[in-house]
Amino acid sequence: MDLVATILVDGLIYAGWLFIVSVGLTLVFGVLNILNIAHGSLYAIGAYASASLVGVYFAAGGDAFPYGSYAALILAAVLVAVILGPLLERGLLRYFYGRDEVLNVLVTYAVFLILEDVMKLIWGVNPYFVYEPYTLLGTVEMGSLFYVGYDFAVIAAAIIVGLAVWLTLNRTQIGKVVLAVIHDAEISQTMGVNVKRIYLGAFMSGAFLAALGGALTAPMISVTPGLGVNVIIVAFAVVIIGGLGSVPGAAIGALMVGISRAASVHLLPEAELFIIYFVMAIVLVFRPEGLFAKTQARKI
Amino acid sequence: MMRFSVFTYAAIGFVALAAGAIVLPDWAMFLFAMALAKGLVCLGIVGMMRGGVVSFGQGLYYCLGAYTATLAANFLGVSDIFLLTLLSAAVCLLVGLIFGPLLSSYRGIFFAMLSLALSMVLYGSLSKMSFIGGTDGLNIGAPTFLGWAPEGRPLQTALYLYVVTIVVISGALMRVYFDSEQGLITQATRDNELRVEYLGASVRTVMAYNYAFGALLGGIGGTIAVLALGHVDPEFAFWTTSGEFVFVAILAGYLSVPAVFFAAIILELVRSFSSLYFPNTWQLSLGIFLLIVIVTLPSGLGSLVSRRKGQNT
Repeated sequence: MDLVATILVDGLIYAGWLFIVSVGLTLVFGVLNILNIAHGSLYAIGAYASASLVGVYFAAGGDAFPYGSYAALILAAVLVAVILGPLLERGLLRYFYGRDEVLNVLVTYAVFLILEDVMKLIWGVNPYFVYEPYTLLGTVEMGSLFYVGYDFAVIAAAIIVGLAVWLTLNRTQIGKVVLAVIHDAEISQTMGVNVKRIYLGAFMSGAFLAALGGALTAPMISVTPGLGVNVIIVAFAVVIIGGLGSVPGAAIGALMVGISRAASVHLLPEAELFIIYFVMAIVLVFRPEGLFAKTQARKI
Repeated sequence: MMRFSVFTYAAIGFVALAAGAIVLPDWAMFLFAMALAKGLVCLGIVGMMRGGVVSFGQGLYYCLGAYTATLAANFLGVSDIFLLTLLSAAVCLLVGLIFGPLLSSYRGIFFAMLSLALSMVLYGSLSKMSFIGGTDGLNIGAPTFLGWAPEGRPLQTALYLYVVTIVVISGALMRVYFDSEQGLITQATRDNELRVEYLGASVRTVMAYNYAFGALLGGIGGTIAVLALGHVDPEFAFWTTSGEFVFVAILAGYLSVPAVFFAAIILELVRSFSSLYFPNTWQLSLGIFLLIVIVTLPSGLGSLVSRRKGQNT
């Protein structure tokens, strides 16, 4: 029984941060039709930026109110989105809208390579540690098992992010406009929608979510170069499993990947790396466009 | 204007590349051999690209070919380069024929991602198989050539000429295939798949064949690469390796076979010189180079040749 509970809790924790990253990726794809490899770099930059900001916070006397370090984590993600979002979307990606989707993947791959070295130039190659926010929430006892409270805070953050994105898209006026742009950008423009602004907003939101995923993960790990390279490919698996552009799909995909990985870690550790892509391959075999993808008619 | 046959071009290409065995220094011969080996993998991707799909998981066959050769050398005692190549090619072709029909119904990003998933499954599996080296990988000894066991410069020259021969033969055969009925169906599929089906051709069969040929070329490329390097590890199947193959294919475009090998050599040169002159920022240089190529040559290097042909006619 303990084993099942452990797998479920570990799976949920992993799925939590994975969902935050993946929902940003699926949002950007849904609106801009670009599968953004540089999303992994934004995640890593979020982690580095949060490590730096939390360090600055404590160096400036943040020990008096350590909970303020959580605000520093979120502020780091906001800064990444505000600085890099417009730079990448307005400065580069807008020139590739409507082009072949594989070519666009390569464009973002080039950005990924560039940002990997930019991070090394800014933060160097030595690891960064910001353990303070991780220890602040104490531990949670579940039966015979002890978990760090921060892990559950990440799950809560994932739920909040998921609800916020879903409610914004489905229950607000701006959300309706975004859905209209996703459906047909050209018609939306003729109806007076500022499509450029929607594209920019969607990309910045995606960048924020990627950076937030990195910022929330930073206290749990040592922040080192190459952080984004593995994250992006797992996030791809999640959004492909769920169906590109689907928010509920990203949630289901993250849960499937999280729980499969946790089960593998506890039951068959040799298959840990294998299992994520195996699940993705199996889902694609039976649902070629993912679990929540809409059926599209083929054009003659 | 006089038009040469594919085999005349192949002969010219062979002489031009083989001359490298005399004029190239050791480091450049190794670099060219690696580039041409990778070019073979990319040629397989170009074969699929002509039909409108791009495999993001060609590292699967590059890695599988390399591991097959290494395991055959280390555990079966096979050292003959011809036998190793045949063995790896057969294994990769077989796997390609198994996965080909499965992948043939996928298009666009889903084809790319499923092929990527398959290569990452291999990467994940190999990384955990400690009995064949795990993440450290395996070493392989120098190959022999029908009983001849050269060393030093003669070995490098023999290996280089071997890869040049394979590249020229594969390139010529792929050109013939591209211009054949199946090859033209592939190209028509790129324009409109449904119309091709209405005309009575089986798009899925053609796609499966293209994938299997890609697997075969990937396996041969992997075998040559591991023999040149002397080492293989699971990174051969990692997504960044596959990403580079796709980049070469995009850089080359789907219009010209020689452009594929030219693009592979350019990428290898850019990477080597970036590492040499900008050791801490070589990825940045490579990324900028990638962007410049995509912006300036969206249809690839091959489009330069076809543009010139178009102007001449």
